[in-house]
Amino acid sequence: MAPISTLHYLVVAAMLFAIGTIGVVTRRNVVIILMSIELILNAVNLNLVAFSRLYNLQGQVFSIFVITDAAAEAAVGLGILIAFFRNKETVNVDEVDLLKW
Amino acid sequence: MTPVATTFFFYFLASVAIISAILVITRKNAVHSALSLIVTLLSLAGLYLMLYAPFVAGVQVVLYAGGIMVLFLFVIMLVNLENLAKEEQFNKQWHIGLLACLVLGSMFLYVVTKGKAIFPVDVVSMPEAENSQKIGLLLYQNYLLPFEIASLLLLVAIVGAVVMAKKRI
Repeated sequence: MAPISTLHYLVVAAMLFAIGTIGVVTRRNVVIILMSIELILNAVNLNLVAFSRLYNLQGQVFSIFVITDAAAEAAVGLGILIAFFRNKETVNVDEVDLLKW
Repeated sequence: MTPVATTFFFYFLASVAIISAILVITRKNAVHSALSLIVTLLSLAGLYLMLYAPFVAGVQVVLYAGGIMVLFLFVIMLVNLENLAKEEQFNKQWHIGLLACLVLGSMFLYVVTKGKAIFPVDVVSMPEAENSQKIGLLLYQNYLLPFEIASLLLLVAIVGAVVMAKKRI
């Protein structure tokens, strides 16, 4: 078999990104939408690490920053989810219409 | 020196990651989705190890699979989702969304396969033993300001999560 090049990793990352966007766009459950956002961030991380093998270690440092952002985003998003669930007893995004005029 | 069975491990880890990612967005039960997401994250950590990035792989396992996923599972337990599994799982416009995302993904694949000529061919050899040391030096020398901003961001996130989850907003 051919040796594994950077292109292979990029293809895997592109597929993961597409799967994540499909999850964000099509699902109704907020928890699963947040998980799909994690999938997208992981696809970007895989790209960064794959290119940092070719160039330098900056990509790996940046992927650590991305992981930090993912942690902050998950904490705030799940806090909003709990506050919303306490008010409306649902976690479906198409029933979130508090700001709709 | 070529590592042993690299191609086999790459295809194994990549297929596990993609299949469990598909399971994440298709399962009805949110707990099953979370468990599949953990499998995806662990196989991505294996891919990072194959890319000579052991520190990022460790952070991935400890922070993602250990920290963030526990947070997700806690919230799934907190919001009672039992009757939600019987409801409709996809929203009304999911056909158009699926089509648009597939177009996006195929565009990515087209661009990546077309642009592979700009990659450098020779792979730089990076000694794994010095990986964590070099990342630490980069974090505390070149990227000190982003590092501090990240700590501030985490503080804001902690305060925001506590305020959001309080009894009365």
